Amino acid sequence: MLGKLGLSAIPFSEPIPLITSIIVILVALGVLGLITAKGWWPYLWREWITSVDHKRIGIMYCLLGVVMLIRGFADAIMMRTHQAMAIDAPGYLPPEHYNQIFTAHGTIMILFGAMPLVLGFMNFLVPLQLGVRDVAFPTFNSVGFWLTASGALLVNISLFVGEFARTGWLPYPPLSETTYTPGVGVDYYLWAVQISGVGTLITGINIVTTVLKMRCRGMSYLRMPVFCWTSLASCLLIVAAFPVLTATLAMLTLDRYLDFHYFTHTAGGNPMMFVNLVWAWGHPEVYILVLPAFGIFSEIFSTFSGKPLFGYRSMVAATLFICVVSLMVWLHHFFTMGAGAAVNTFFGISSSIIAVGTGVKVYNWIFTMYGGRVRFEVPMLWSMGFIFTFVIGGLTGVLLAVPPADFLVHNSMFLVAHFHNVIVGGVVFAIFAGMEFWFPKAFGFRLHEGWGKAAFWCAFIGFWVTFTPFYVLGLLGMTRRLQHINFPEWSPWLYLSVVGIAILILGVIAQVMQLVVSIRDRERLRDVTGDLWDGRSLEWATPSPPPFFNFAVLPDVEGEEAYWGIKLRAVETQQLAPEPDYRPIEMPVNSPVGICTAFFAAVFGFAMVWYIWWLAIVALVAAFAGFVVFAWRDVHEFEVPVREVARVDRARRAAREALLERMSRHGALP
Amino acid sequence: MSDGGSPAMGDNGSPAVGDGGLPASVEALRRVREDPHRLGHRPHGPREVVAGAGHGATGPANKRVIVGYGFWIFLLSDIIVFSCFFAAFAVQRGATAGGPAVAQIVDLNRVAFETAALLLSSYTCMLSFAATDARNRLWTQLFLLATGVLGLGFLLLELQEFAELAGQGITPQRSGMLTSFFGLVGLHGVHVAAGLLWLATMMAQVQLKGFRPEIIHRLMCFNLFWHALDIVWIGIFTIVYLMGSGA
Ligand code: HEM
Ligand SMILES: [Cu+2]
Repeated sequence: MLGKLGLSAIPFSEPIPLITSIIVILVALGVLGLITAKGWWPYLWREWITSVDHKRIGIMYCLLGVVMLIRGFADAIMMRTHQAMAIDAPGYLPPEHYNQIFTAHGTIMILFGAMPLVLGFMNFLVPLQLGVRDVAFPTFNSVGFWLTASGALLVNISLFVGEFARTGWLPYPPLSETTYTPGVGVDYYLWAVQISGVGTLITGINIVTTVLKMRCRGMSYLRMPVFCWTSLASCLLIVAAFPVLTATLAMLTLDRYLDFHYFTHTAGGNPMMFVNLVWAWGHPEVYILVLPAFGIFSEIFSTFSGKPLFGYRSMVAATLFICVVSLMVWLHHFFTMGAGAAVNTFFGISSSIIAVGTGVKVYNWIFTMYGGRVRFEVPMLWSMGFIFTFVIGGLTGVLLAVPPADFLVHNSMFLVAHFHNVIVGGVVFAIFAGMEFWFPKAFGFRLHEGWGKAAFWCAFIGFWVTFTPFYVLGLLGMTRRLQHINFPEWSPWLYLSVVGIAILILGVIAQVMQLVVSIRDRERLRDVTGDLWDGRSLEWATPSPPPFFNFAVLPDVEGEEAYWGIKLRAVETQQLAPEPDYRPIEMPVNSPVGICTAFFAAVFGFAMVWYIWWLAIVALVAAFAGFVVFAWRDVHEFEVPVREVARVDRARRAAREALLERMSRHGALP
Repeated sequence: MSDGGSPAMGDNGSPAVGDGGLPASVEALRRVREDPHRLGHRPHGPREVVAGAGHGATGPANKRVIVGYGFWIFLLSDIIVFSCFFAAFAVQRGATAGGPAVAQIVDLNRVAFETAALLLSSYTCMLSFAATDARNRLWTQLFLLATGVLGLGFLLLELQEFAELAGQGITPQRSGMLTSFFGLVGLHGVHVAAGLLWLATMMAQVQLKGFRPEIIHRLMCFNLFWHALDIVWIGIFTIVYLMGSGA
């Protein structure tokens, strides 16, 4: 009846997961209780859970990502402190638990932390920047988000019920086959990643279609903001690479559940085939993450330098170049496979060539600042910290791309330092920069500046103190994923890294404080103009927060930097463009199909993990039935009456009049 | 697909069809019926502005273009899934682990029937969409039914093949080659089965709801899906069965 599930699945004998589980469950119950007590459910259901508004979905993606980043960070603290305590000593995490932690850390940080955040930014921004009202498939957008959330849910359930994989974030066979990992850990990994992968693919298709087919009048390709370009490239990579992950994990699933021989080391299975396939997804994946980050930085550099982006066209070309070449370098993750000198040389060269595209971008950002009036606001601090950090990470990447050098440091702490250098310095810094930059757009008030600066400096210094020792440790010969350490010579570096993580903890506290303080002082921090950074792209033409239909009348773009052009014209003529002729607007209706499908997907995944076959079938049938009910509905859209459109837009115009007047009085923005 | 149609086309990008099923103007009729793509008659250089095609100058594309475009992209991603299974077969086709080789398990006779059924079903599927274009419910349904029956025939033949092999102890558990063989062919079979479920749902929708725009869009997507499965099958037929029988 319950498959493999029984009371033994609950970790009664292991205090750390048990206590964490109890705390997490209590907090979750507390939050749910609070929502119930305050009667917020109807509001949440109507305005968020069933929402198909791309901005709401984007915000929920970001929220999910932030929560998971914190979970992953907790894992990181445990790993650092454990290793520091495990030098010729047992440490405090038993091996099977330590292995779960580094696996969960990698999986969560990349797939459930960084990915949702990046997708969240794309969702929120792309339609606004393109001057349209929604993405191409609003309801599927909601399905995609909720599927990602179900995946995250499954990973977290594995903490209390059963265990997580102990194989590393990419479950290499034959270790991940049932022969060597019989438990449910790898199955949790497989179903969680599979379900969220489908969600990611949906969002990828959505954004590609939106960018290619839904731009406002006059928004030709070479007038799109760079963030739209990088989102397009990233989503093209999603469409090209995520199916590879789906296929690879499906094969591993067949191996584990039905004794197939794709990757076994017996009966003609081929473990290296897994490694090849998974990296054919894995390397594009890192660019799926970092390309939108490049887009975020591009927007920030040009806004805070008060200049158009230097070399816009070369930026676009470099983005597409990286997009294509990133599909041709995967083998650099296993030069040691022994493919021979010719193959290794090819992939070594192709990997190094990617750095050329990135180099073009770095110079473009630097020249954007050159001669500009640079404002050192918090987003700009993160961006400048990014250039420094990312360049070093890229350089060590090029070093690793030289096969003979890689043979020495492959799978060492040097490698760990490299990818944290690029992912933290590139993606995570971009996320924080972008949050600082667009938070006022999303919520109508800006974040507290002092706490923001504190958070940046803690994160920047903390990052370097934590990760520089890894380079040294790697060169001293320390391999990655060590539960036990018997080289006392390494201890100073391991201790130094703990100091670093302490500084990073301060950074996280500063971030949380920033949010708390800003919410408390929101009236003082309110953004009434909708354009508080003196922005250049169309999202700044809307009020903060934008109405659900984004634009009362779709803009008509007449050049690069669409909104900057409109603004200049208003300043020159000392008046706004004449009031447009308002029309009623058709908007898609909300739909619970996303959350329903995701719920059944989570049940399905859970049932599969525990071999509860009847429940899996019930869940599949229910998910299909849900879709049929959705397909049967008669009302797809509702009409926003002219009166409402005009009311919202007149309020926006009034705020703009005031801004314009202030600008002409002071000669510049406030 | 064409570029979304000429300005004479209606909201959905399909020929503007009035109540009587006739295009709005004789001019449009000529253009669409006699020379739908106007190959060689379109000006070169900067294209004429086509409303609703999503070309940048004119604002967002219309719903039909968007749905078709998105579905194409989905199909491409699905084809990438297949390509991984093809790759696995290519890698593992010699990995027989002492078991049967590819040549010993393929039965070209049955596969010929399977292929015929599937190709024919693609043809009837296309006919059903022609009937949809003419807004003819009866023929749409009949051709969809024919598509479904042929698809089901294909699936049953495939199941028979699998059952026979299994009866001789030839299962995916036997060797790497058999794993990748059953994996690839089975994945296609699962797609066909899912397509049949979709097809049944669409027939019910057409019957109960008629030709609403969104239902026509779904029929269009179903057509694309079914043809894509055909293309993948041609690959399987060639690479697994034809090339396999010679090996
Ligand atoms: C400048 C271009 C880059 C080059 C030449 C490069 C090169 C490499 C090489 C050769 C490896 C494998 C080393 C080994 O396993 O021994 C590697 C690992 C890795 N890189 Fe990069 N890299 C670059 C940029 C990036 C970026 C931008 C990201 C992420 C945003 C990234 C993320 C990673 C990750 C996650 C791993 C290792 C994952 C693992 O083994 O678990 N790299 N890189
Ligand atoms: Cu790589």
